[in-house]
Amino acid sequence: MITLGDYLVVSAILFTIGFAGVMLRRNLIVILMSLELMLNAANLSLVAFSRFRVGANGLPDYNAQVFVFFVITVAAAEVAVGLALLVALYRARQTTDVDDITSLKF
Amino acid sequence: MNSFYPWLILLAPFASATVITLFTLRWKSLSGAISIGAVLISFCCSCVIFSQSATSAPEFVWLDLKPIFRVPFGLTLDQLSRTMAVLVSGVGALIHIYSLGYMRDDEGKSRYFAALSLFMFAMLGIVFANNFVMLFIFWELVGFTSYVLIGHWFFRDAAADAANKAFITTRIGDFGFMTGILMIWMTTGSVVFAEIAPRMPTFGGHGTFVAIVALLVFCGAVGKSAQFPLHIWLPDAMEGPTPVSALIHAATMVAAGVYMLVRVAFIIQASQTALLVVAWIGTITAVMAALIATQQDDIKRILAYSTLSQLGYMVMAVGLASNDAAMFHLFTHAFFKALLFLAAGSVIVMLHHEQNIWKMGGLRRRLPITFATFGAGALALIGCPPFSGFFSKDAIIAVAYERNPPIFVVALFTAFLTAFYVIRMLVTVFFGNPRSDSAREGRESPPVMTMPLIVLAILATLGGFAFFARKFLTLPTEKTPNAFGVVPVLAIIALILGVGLAIALYRGRATEAVEVELLRRKFYFDEFYGWLIYWTQELLARVAAFIDRWVIDAGAVGGSSRGTWGIGALLRLIQVGNLQAYAFLFGLGVVALIYFAVMR
Repeated sequence: MITLGDYLVVSAILFTIGFAGVMLRRNLIVILMSLELMLNAANLSLVAFSRFRVGANGLPDYNAQVFVFFVITVAAAEVAVGLALLVALYRARQTTDVDDITSLKF
Repeated sequence: MNSFYPWLILLAPFASATVITLFTLRWKSLSGAISIGAVLISFCCSCVIFSQSATSAPEFVWLDLKPIFRVPFGLTLDQLSRTMAVLVSGVGALIHIYSLGYMRDDEGKSRYFAALSLFMFAMLGIVFANNFVMLFIFWELVGFTSYVLIGHWFFRDAAADAANKAFITTRIGDFGFMTGILMIWMTTGSVVFAEIAPRMPTFGGHGTFVAIVALLVFCGAVGKSAQFPLHIWLPDAMEGPTPVSALIHAATMVAAGVYMLVRVAFIIQASQTALLVVAWIGTITAVMAALIATQQDDIKRILAYSTLSQLGYMVMAVGLASNDAAMFHLFTHAFFKALLFLAAGSVIVMLHHEQNIWKMGGLRRRLPITFATFGAGALALIGCPPFSGFFSKDAIIAVAYERNPPIFVVALFTAFLTAFYVIRMLVTVFFGNPRSDSAREGRESPPVMTMPLIVLAILATLGGFAFFARKFLTLPTEKTPNAFGVVPVLAIIALILGVGLAIALYRGRATEAVEVELLRRKFYFDEFYGWLIYWTQELLARVAAFIDRWVIDAGAVGGSSRGTWGIGALLRLIQVGNLQAYAFLFGLGVVALIYFAVMR
């Protein structure tokens, strides 16, 4: 049987891969994709909890699944804004390489 | 009406000073007349209240902070203050009249008379004060007017410096005085003399405290009466006009110190240690000044050191717990010292401001009245019977003989020295042949100057006799007749030795016979004080510079700026400008949060 723990492990691995992508990749578009990956990993663990927990009256607990909808919506909005930022940045700097954005360096 | 006279004595000179300063500075003769009128009013009122022993003056309260601090403004009218008032206003009147002649051609005559009137007001205030605060106020005022009068010819550097020196030196003494007054107020709760006196015996067990208080109060007299070690201002004060020297620095202001000591004798006599210190300081002053006087060439400086020496005698008498002898000598000294100064002034001005005795000579033929009066003053000063000085100085030496033999020996030696330098001065100035053109051409002074001389000469001659002096004081010799044997004889022997030595050494000489550099340079006191002040200031300046340069500039200011910079440099390293580094730190933070939230 596949238990809750397995789903959580998968979610953790996805989250880690996403976090590593945010830290290590240089292309801004890939960073945004990794960010999406982290959000979806969280979604996965939420749904897993919802699937494996049964409420007091015998019915499953759907709160988490509703929460996932919210997360998806927020992720979409965030990606829209992030891509708009990226396009503006590209227009200003002609690059998507994150190592070139160093105005805040002392 | 009875109670108005005492206030009039004080207010007449004050009104005169105000009127002259505000209105009549342009009319010099009028200013002189106003000033003389005021002092004559004071003198007449003093005589009036002297004769009526039952006057009292209303007292009004100036400052009243119940119940801690109450300062009345009242006049004390006992026999001491009434006789002192007569002395001060009388001698003052004579000197005012003399000043008319002496300052005849002076440009600043009006401001001179204004300052002189203010001085009379302040001095009479000291005489009449009935509490410490009033006394101190007038004390400082007297010091201020002395400053103004010494520096009358302020465009002369020497005069301006001398005025500063006088004021600053007396100020040092006044600092001790004020501390003493504060200590007295703190412990007895009052500053009024009459209220403090009965409370003194309650300090029986606190000997050291009483000694310290007494010595601090004595500090005021050390400054004002120019005792050792604050004697340095008096010889320099001779830069002022001679009538000023006569009035302030011979007869009255310097006597104020002695008067104050007699007034608060109940404080000083509460401590044997204090009395001993006072007596010895007086003795040291007396003998040191007499030694220096034997080698001075300026006639006013000789008289100044002579004043220092006689003041030493008075303080010595106070220290030997004999207020009567001190006051008696104060009186006779006022007469003959004022006389000597005025006569010297007469010589100086008639010789066109020549003050070096080695440029005078043979003046007894050319200035006969001046010579006769100067001679009378000189004989009184050395204590030659039957002049007044003999009785008063003898009284002090007799007290010393009874109570403190070492001081007696020193006092006798000082009497010998006094005779020596006075006769040296007399012989050099008035006998022999004229040694300069101004001496050859000198004429006698006008009557406006010689009349006061004659009056003072009569007082100096007769002032010592019992029938005259008994009206003023309880005579010490009448209280202890058994000391009348050996002491006068010894004093007269010392006198004759001094006179003889002086005549033998200086008769017919045109230059100095003996040169003792140590005495000529006044024991190098001025140089020593100059060195002391220089090094104290140098040390303080160096300490201040070190603190300013290293503690404040480098330490506080530099330290805080460089410290901030350093911490900033450290913190800057976090801002790498790399987006992903920031993300990494974010993640670290989250892990730490989870750790602290879940695991702890």
